[in-house]
Amino acid sequence: MTQLPNSTDRKMGLVIDLDTCVGCHACVISCKGWNTENYGAPLSDQNPYGGDPSGTFLNRVHSYEVQPEQGHAQLIHFPKSCLHCEDAPCVTVCPTGASYKRVEDGIVLVNEDHCIGCGLCAWSCPYGARELDLAEGVMKKCTLCVDRIYNENLPEVDRIPSCVRTCPAGARHFGDLGDPDSDVSKLVAERGGMDLMPEMGTKPVNKYLPPRPKDTIEEEIDILAPLLAPVAEEPQGFMGWLDKALDKLPGGAN
Amino acid sequence: MHPAPSVIIFTTLSGLGFGLLFFLGLGQPAVTGTVAFVFYVIAFGLACGGLLASTFHLGHPERAWRAFTQWKTSWLSREGVCAVGALIVMGLYAIGAMFLDSQWTLLGWIGAALSLATVFTTSMIYTQLKTIPRWNMELTPAVFLSFSLAGGALLAGAEAVAPWLLAIAGAVQLAYWAKGDKALEASGTNLGTATGLGDRGAVRAFEPPHTGSNYLLREFVHVVGRKHAQKLRMIAFVLGFALPLLLILTPVQGVVIKHLFAALAVISHLAGVATSRWLFFAQAEHVVGLYYGKR
Repeated sequence: MTQLPNSTDRKMGLVIDLDTCVGCHACVISCKGWNTENYGAPLSDQNPYGGDPSGTFLNRVHSYEVQPEQGHAQLIHFPKSCLHCEDAPCVTVCPTGASYKRVEDGIVLVNEDHCIGCGLCAWSCPYGARELDLAEGVMKKCTLCVDRIYNENLPEVDRIPSCVRTCPAGARHFGDLGDPDSDVSKLVAERGGMDLMPEMGTKPVNKYLPPRPKDTIEEEIDILAPLLAPVAEEPQGFMGWLDKALDKLPGGAN
Repeated sequence: MHPAPSVIIFTTLSGLGFGLLFFLGLGQPAVTGTVAFVFYVIAFGLACGGLLASTFHLGHPERAWRAFTQWKTSWLSREGVCAVGALIVMGLYAIGAMFLDSQWTLLGWIGAALSLATVFTTSMIYTQLKTIPRWNMELTPAVFLSFSLAGGALLAGAEAVAPWLLAIAGAVQLAYWAKGDKALEASGTNLGTATGLGDRGAVRAFEPPHTGSNYLLREFVHVVGRKHAQKLRMIAFVLGFALPLLLILTPVQGVVIKHLFAALAVISHLAGVATSRWLFFAQAEHVVGLYYGKR
């Protein structure tokens, strides 16, 4: 049913650390790999080796430049996938009941056997988390690796989403954001985790940890700095003569 | 937004068809027999043709029946229910008018209400989307309803109200464009809120996630043709409202000329509404474009 549950027992989701992400796209590839071989229809590619390749992905990494009013610009890598919103507009717009939010863990899923591929859920998602698979004609989205996290055939260490398991930088964290004592909730509290587009009223479960402030370089780097300063402000000796001689030649920039 | 021909044809034709059914349901004109047959063929042709066109963009049209189940939350589902309801009720009313020479007034009123409800629910599919500020306005249902009523009045030959409805629809159209042009900015959503990094400085999309295109860009970021938007608005306004108004208000002698002018007014209106509907999609900015540094 496309009515959202009033509340879910748990709020499973991801915490993505924008300070740590190095933009390697490993999460993108592992997501595509796992979700092509497992749950639901495979993530197809169109014209993958041709001139205009494209395909279905459930996770994509953008890169943004942030230029503060003062100081240097900063480059921030920005992985983006379904945020498993509490007030998920993609669920309520679905005309067939194919889109639903699970009561037990809050994961937003698509029943691919009921999806008519109208695309309205993708229209209603501000984050671009849903993509219509052109080969299958059904809507694809992040399942939070629902076929891994409860899968007792996997070693316990692997019972987390593929993107989290793969991230070499430890920038992705998985857990229950509804439990204030969980590791992810503590991380969010400690680092000031934020919502994307809060004005849309979607109440995302996934949180993003903002980049930590950059170190500021003081005028004196260390105690040796004064000793390393140039001894003479004005050139003297041979260099002084050369400087003056070159100044007298025509054609200088000044 | 990508202006898919299927959706433009659907909203344009079905809007006109259900507008005509609204007037027929109210007994305007109170036709029976062969004349009724012609009117209902036109009305059902437009309404059903539009609905059929709308299924062309589905990934799995064979499962479309499932779309009637979620009327509690989904405007798309509500639209399906209203459309089928309107077609059944007006179908019964049409049988009475065509073959039994009778006007079942109450049934007609119900059919008229359902026809108008269909147009309203269609408009709400677009209006509900916060992700597209240009559609997320009260003026969007006003556009769909006023266009449908004006077109329906033109087709039904409702001479008394058609000029007024055309004038109102034209005014609504102008107001929609004026307000819509400021909608994205007024929504407060920008790359800063999209990334949550806006309070640190000016955010710029530095590198997209992939070198090629994708579903999101094809579906939501349509910029081709926007450069002609002002010209197309002029064309849409003149063909959709100004010219039909002129054609039906021009005093003419003779029934043939009068009908010819009325037919021209309908064709002109249809072309204008189709142009306006193309702009409705092509000019709509989905906020997901912000993530790609586009709009």
